[in-house]
Amino acid sequence: MTVSAPTENEPKAEITASPEQLKAERPSRRTLFDFIKQQPLGTIGFLIIVILFISAIFAPDVAPYDPEEVDFMASPALGGGAPGPEHLLGGDAFGRDILSRLIFGARTALSIGFFSAFIGCSIGAIIGIVSAFAGGKVDILVQRGIDLLLSFPIIILAILVIAIVPKNVVFGIDINVIIAISIPFIPKCARVIRSAALSIVTLAYVDAAKAAGYRGSRIVFRHILPNVVAPYLILITAYIGQAILLEASLSFLGLGVVEPTPSWGLMLAGVNSDYYITAPWMIVFPGLAVTLAVFAFNLLGDSLRDWLDPKLKL
Amino acid sequence: MNNTQDKNDVLLDVEDLEVEFHTGAGVVRAVDGTSFKVHRGEFLSIVGESGCGKSVTALSLMRLLPRKTAAVKAKKIIFDGIDLATLPESEMRELRGRHISMIFQEPMTSLNPVLTIGDQITEPLITHLKMSQKEADLRAIELINMVGIPDPERRITQYPHQFSGGMRQRAMIAIGLACEPKLIIADEPTTALDVTIQAQILELLKDISERLGIAVILITHNLGVVAAYADRVNVMYAARIIERGSSSNIFGAPAHPYTVGLMRSVPRLDKPRVGRLATIEGMPPNLLAPPQGCRFRDRCPIADEKCQESPPTTTAPGTVQDHTVACWKNEFAKENAPTLYGSETAIEKEKSAHGEKVLLNVSGLKQYFNISIREGLKSHKVDIRAVDDMSFNVREGETVGLVGESGCGKTSAGRAILHLDNPTAGNIEFDGNLLNVGNIAAVRRDMQVIFQDPFSSLNPRMKVGQILEEPLKVHKLRDGKSARLDRVAELLTQVGLYPYMADRYPHELSGGQRQRVGIARALALEPKLIICDEPVSALDVSVQAQIINLLEDLQNDLGLAYVFIAHDLAVVRHISHRVIVMYLGKVMEVGEGNTLYDNPQHPYTRALLDAAPVPDPEIERSRQRTILEGDIPSPLNPPSGCVFSTRCPLVTDECKSMVPELDDFAPGHGVACIKIGAS
Repeated sequence: MTVSAPTENEPKAEITASPEQLKAERPSRRTLFDFIKQQPLGTIGFLIIVILFISAIFAPDVAPYDPEEVDFMASPALGGGAPGPEHLLGGDAFGRDILSRLIFGARTALSIGFFSAFIGCSIGAIIGIVSAFAGGKVDILVQRGIDLLLSFPIIILAILVIAIVPKNVVFGIDINVIIAISIPFIPKCARVIRSAALSIVTLAYVDAAKAAGYRGSRIVFRHILPNVVAPYLILITAYIGQAILLEASLSFLGLGVVEPTPSWGLMLAGVNSDYYITAPWMIVFPGLAVTLAVFAFNLLGDSLRDWLDPKLKL
Repeated sequence: MNNTQDKNDVLLDVEDLEVEFHTGAGVVRAVDGTSFKVHRGEFLSIVGESGCGKSVTALSLMRLLPRKTAAVKAKKIIFDGIDLATLPESEMRELRGRHISMIFQEPMTSLNPVLTIGDQITEPLITHLKMSQKEADLRAIELINMVGIPDPERRITQYPHQFSGGMRQRAMIAIGLACEPKLIIADEPTTALDVTIQAQILELLKDISERLGIAVILITHNLGVVAAYADRVNVMYAARIIERGSSSNIFGAPAHPYTVGLMRSVPRLDKPRVGRLATIEGMPPNLLAPPQGCRFRDRCPIADEKCQESPPTTTAPGTVQDHTVACWKNEFAKENAPTLYGSETAIEKEKSAHGEKVLLNVSGLKQYFNISIREGLKSHKVDIRAVDDMSFNVREGETVGLVGESGCGKTSAGRAILHLDNPTAGNIEFDGNLLNVGNIAAVRRDMQVIFQDPFSSLNPRMKVGQILEEPLKVHKLRDGKSARLDRVAELLTQVGLYPYMADRYPHELSGGQRQRVGIARALALEPKLIICDEPVSALDVSVQAQIINLLEDLQNDLGLAYVFIAHDLAVVRHISHRVIVMYLGKVMEVGEGNTLYDNPQHPYTRALLDAAPVPDPEIERSRQRTILEGDIPSPLNPPSGCVFSTRCPLVTDECKSMVPELDDFAPGHGVACIKIGAS
C-alpha cells in the first residue's frame, strides 16, 4: 500500500503532552525494588515464602535435630517436652523435636501445597477458558463433566484418585498425593475461570481478533488468558492453604504422607490433638506454620495480581 | 398551579460553588467557583463534554455526593429562600423529592426492580405528603396518566422490567413530579434512549414544566436537545461555566471560542454537508493540575499571552441582557465565529468520489437468533429476526450509512457480513467471492471492523505496539521485528498519534486516542472495506469530529470503503454517500444521502428526522414536530405485514397484512412502503 508520507498526515489532535512529557520515557522495566516499594505487604509475604523454601531445601542443615530422632525425655506423655533451650518449640508425643519436624515438614507442605494448587488451577483455568471460548455443545459437555466432578466431596475424590494412582515418591515428594489433591481443584477452578472468561469473550477486542483472522489458540492464549490472571492467582493462593489441609486429612486417613515423614498436617492430626491441654505447643506451632504459609501466599497473590494489572501500574 | 408565574423570580441562586474530590492522586476540583441562577418555571440547560463537572454540579445541589471524598463549598445556595449550603441533613432530606427532584440517565438502574411502579410513585407521597395508601394510589394513577402511560390502573401494579426504556423514564418523571416539586434536575435523561423516544420524553418534560410552572435543569451533552428545549444555557468547560445566556444568544451569537467550536464540530442534520467538520484540537485539561490562566487556552485557536497568564473575568459580550462569557478575546471570537476554526471555503466541500465497481454485495441477508422461551414446564423455540431479508451493495471507496434505532438490526447485519455471527441465510459477495464459513478466513484481511466502545475494543494487557504488531505477525505482512515496528510507527502516524505511543497501554490513552488505535489496528491489514460499528457514539462532540475527519482522510488516501453503522442521523448524513434506514430488521428506505435527508419518503424516515433536534433554536422554534407514538415492538413478536404498521401515521388495514417490498421510488432511491408508490 502506498501510504501518504507522514508529513502529510502530521500527528494532530488529541495530543496534549508537552515536549518535556514526550521526552520523559517511562521506565520500561520495573525492578524488584519497585515491587518492594509499591507492594510492601506482598514483599512480606514473599520473604516468608522465601524463608520457608530455604528451610525446606536446606532442612538437614537448618534443623537442630533429626526429625525422626526419638528422645523419650522430651515426650509430654512422660511429662517432658515443654519448649526450652534444648527443644525450642518443644517435643511431640514420641519426644521428637517439633522445630525440626516443622522445618522438614515445610518440604511436604510446600511441595504438595504449591504443586497441587498450581497444577489443579492451571488445568482448570485452561479447561474453563476453552469451554467459554468454544461455547455451544463443547461448553455444555465440559460443564456437565465439571458438575459430575463437583458432586463428589473433595476428600472422596482425592481418596478415589489415591486408590487409582500408584504410590510414587520422587525426591521425597509424594507425586500421587499431589495428583490426588490437584484433581478436585480442577472443576472448581474451571468454573470460576469460565465465568471470568465468558465476560471477556463477548468483549469487542475478542471480536476484533476474530475479524483479523487469528486462530482460536492465539485468541485463547494471547487475548483471553492474560485477562483472567487475576482470579487465577487468587484461586492458586487460596487453594495452597486448602491443599495443605487436604494433605493433612489424607495423611490422617493413612492415604497421604505416612509417619514418620514429617508433615504439618500429620502433626495437627490424630493422637497429637489429645495433648492440647497438657502440651499445647504440640498443636499450636504446626497450626501457626500452616497459618503463616497460607497468609504469606495470600499476601503475595494479592500483590502479584495488582502488580500484573497494567491499569494499576504507577 | 399558577401559569403566569414571573420567570424573573429567582428560584435557585448558586454563588461560587466549589466541589473538591480527594483522590489518591490528589485533589480534583470538579466544580470550580460556578455561579448561576434558575428562575421559577424556566428550562435551564447545563451543557458540556464529559468530565466538565455538569453532573457533579447537580449532585452537589442535592447534596448527594459521598461526604467522605467530596467537599462541597459555596458562598450560598439559596433555594426558594432556604440556604442549602448550611441546611442540616434531616431538613435536606425533607427537601429532596419534595421540592427538588432528580431524574437520572439510566432508567434501567434508577428504578428498583423488586418494587412495583405504583409503590415507587406512592413512596414519596406517603413519606413527604403523609398521604394514606389509598390517596397515594389515586394520585399515582393521576400521575401515570399525566406522563402519558396508557392503562394506568394496570400499569401501577407492574414491575420496572415490564416497562420499556421510554416508559421507565416516564415513570421516573412521574416519581419526580409526585410531590409537585419546584425544581426538577434531569441528568442526561434521554442519553440512553432512542431518538424517537427522546423526543417523546423531552416534549413531556417541556410540557410539564410549562403547565405546572416547574423549573427544570437539563444536563446534557447534546446541543440539538439544548437548542430545541432550553430557555437559557450554561456552557461548562473544565469545571467552570464559560458562557451563559439565553439559548438564542448562545446559538446565534456565541462569544466563547469553545462554544463556537462546539457548535461547529457537530454535523448538521438539516443542511447538506458544508465541508470537513471543525475540530477543537486536544483534550480538556486534567483537573488534578489545571493550567494557569484560561483553561481553554491550549485548545483555543486565538489564545495569546494574556490567556496564558490570568484566568479571564466574566464579562457581557454585547448589550444583550444576561449573556455573559469568560474569555479575554470574546469580542474577536464573536465577530469572527465563522472563520475561527478555518473558513468553510477553504475546506473540501464535497465528499471524495467513489469508484463504480461493487465491492460488497449483500442479497437476501437473514440473521435469525433462535432462543427458547419457557412457559411453565413447556418451552418453545422462537426466532428473533434481527435482520430479515436485507439487500444492498457497497462500491469501492464508498461510505454506506446504516442507520436506525436500537434493535433495528444494524449491528447484527455488520456482524453477519464479517461472519462474527454466521448468517442464517443470504448471499454475501465480497470482491467477487461468495463468502461462506469455509472461505471467510481468506478474506478476513480485506474486511476489517472498528467498534463502538474504545474501552472494550483493545486488550488491556497488551501495549499499543503489540496490538498493532500482532496482525502483521499473524498474516506475515512484514518480515522481521524492525520492519514490523516501522510499520507500527507508520500506522500510528497515519491515525494522528505519535510513534512513541506504541509503548503505552490502552488505559493510558484517552477515549479518542483509543479509538484511533482501533482504527490503526483495522488499517494494519490493509483492508478494502471497514465496517464501522458506531465508531463515534461513545465519544465527546469535539473528539467525534476529529475521528470523523480522520475516517474521511483515510478514505481519500487509501480508497477505503466503509459501512458506517450509527444511530446519529446527522453524523451519518455527513459521512455517507448513501444511507440505508432500518427498522426491526427490515430496510425501510435507501438512497443517496442528500436526497434521502431532504426528500424522505418513508413515514419512518420522516419521523426519525422529525424527532432528531437540530442545534439551532430558530429552526427548532418554527418546527412542527410529528412525534411518533408508542415503542418499538418487541422483535420476538413483530407486527404482521409492514413492521412499522403499529406506529405509522399513514397505516391502513392493507399495511397489516402485506409486507411491502423495497421499490424504487426514483432511480437509486428505494422505499419499502405500499403507501408511497413510484412516481
